[in-house]
Amino acid sequence: MLIKVRSASQASENEVTPRGLFLSRRSIMAGGAAALALGGTGALSGPALAAPFQAPLTVSPKDPKMDAQTPMKSATSYNNFYEFGTDKTDPSENAGTLRTRPWEIAVDGDVGKPTTFGIEDLLAFPLEERVYRLRCVEGWSMVIPWVGFPLAELLKRVDPTGNAKYVAFQTLADRSQMPGLKYPVLQWPYVEGLRMDEAMHPLTILAVGMYGETLPNQNGAPVRLVVPWKYGFKSIKSIVRITLTQDQPPTSWNRSQPREYGFYSNVNPEVDHPRWSQATERRVGEFSRRKTLPFNGYGEEVASLYTGMDLRKNY
Amino acid sequence: MAATSKGPVALALSSRWAKPVVFALGLLPLGWMVWLGMSGGLGAEPVAEAVRQSGLWALRLLLVALAVTPLRILTGQAGLARFRRMIGLFAFFYALLHVSVYVGVDQFFDWAAVWKDIVKRPYITVGMGAFVILTALAATSTNGMVRRLGGRRWKALHKAVFVAGAAGCVHYVMLVKGWQYPPFVYAAILLGLVALRYAKSPAAGRRLSPSYRT
Repeated sequence: MLIKVRSASQASENEVTPRGLFLSRRSIMAGGAAALALGGTGALSGPALAAPFQAPLTVSPKDPKMDAQTPMKSATSYNNFYEFGTDKTDPSENAGTLRTRPWEIAVDGDVGKPTTFGIEDLLAFPLEERVYRLRCVEGWSMVIPWVGFPLAELLKRVDPTGNAKYVAFQTLADRSQMPGLKYPVLQWPYVEGLRMDEAMHPLTILAVGMYGETLPNQNGAPVRLVVPWKYGFKSIKSIVRITLTQDQPPTSWNRSQPREYGFYSNVNPEVDHPRWSQATERRVGEFSRRKTLPFNGYGEEVASLYTGMDLRKNY
Repeated sequence: MAATSKGPVALALSSRWAKPVVFALGLLPLGWMVWLGMSGGLGAEPVAEAVRQSGLWALRLLLVALAVTPLRILTGQAGLARFRRMIGLFAFFYALLHVSVYVGVDQFFDWAAVWKDIVKRPYITVGMGAFVILTALAATSTNGMVRRLGGRRWKALHKAVFVAGAAGCVHYVMLVKGWQYPPFVYAAILLGLVALRYAKSPAAGRRLSPSYRT
């Protein structure tokens, strides 16, 4: 059951970014985008690729001055997407080989109507623009205008059964498209998971675009999860499968280093990662660090999901 | 070949230009980093990238410094020895840069946060340990210090360079996420260099002796 609550992070009419601003931003990137399109195989070019999204802005940060949008060039050239290499610039350099058309997500498990959604079906959902903070577990953050729709909308279409307590996600794992799979950095395919109420939360979206454009390959094209109150690795990219389950599903980083990465991985300045203090972060493009906010600043909306839970234990 | 000691390589190594050339080579990574910094080549997170690059070059040059002696013995080029100190000091220089950027830029001299990092994060504890050792070795690297300490004690102290090298590799292995191979390449090179030094069996001794080369 999805309850729509209008909260402080939802945008009001006057916050809608003027179209012209997007266009000017896009002109800077035009060269790079063209190169990307050419670099990819023929399969990359679909009708939806060129069309910019005309999505209404529904969520933006309370304080746009504190949370200025990260330049698109940074958000598309500084990525963790280990299927394309472990250096931050590897995904933007190597992800041209990813074929995003055709694309399907199989939704199965504890559902009444197992369904396979083609990318065209996903693009047919009513799209919204949402400007979210993204906090990486490594101590950097960005502010990104995503284009997508609530995951809840998709889940409602498959009729979750009473047994569905968790949602498991899986990234594509195709060696011919993803050079990073040669290395056992993690156990492939990459998998992630959410509790059902987290998955149904109105802030949780499936993104198909960013900065008014189709999602670039290095950012998880053609469709990725965005859960803004959790560390970035929870927002799984290039999803091919969603399975509703009764038991808590395995998640890639937890499987790799259980002591360091928990299932929940909510942004929490009080609970340090063994290797990085989580008290502060540097916004990409800024010089000095800033304090990290509990739930990445979305506590008002999501803290109630964890009432009564010891978040030190359930990190 | 006995002739190599008077060959062109030996001549080049003993040339008065050799040290300035090595010095200039040692500055190349710094120049490269400055160029990247000015051209935007350090990427979206230039601070993190500067920390990463300076750390990598510290480790690389430390391994080069450790390779000088085995290389000298294997090639019979005695002239190589006089570059060892300079290369080692360059390794220290990049380690100093690495620590300075982390403390001064990344943490902006938040000493409390730095101290917390050192005591709470094992990879930083180990890295700082390596840096402390390198600092001690750099401070005792002058001819005067060799005299004051006495050759035997100086040699014993400077064996700690292997500990610093090992700590540097462990620091790198510990800081990457997931199973990544590059840190293990550095560790393997270090192990190889240690094995060359400590190969004490008669056979290995012969293999390492210059007269073995025919």
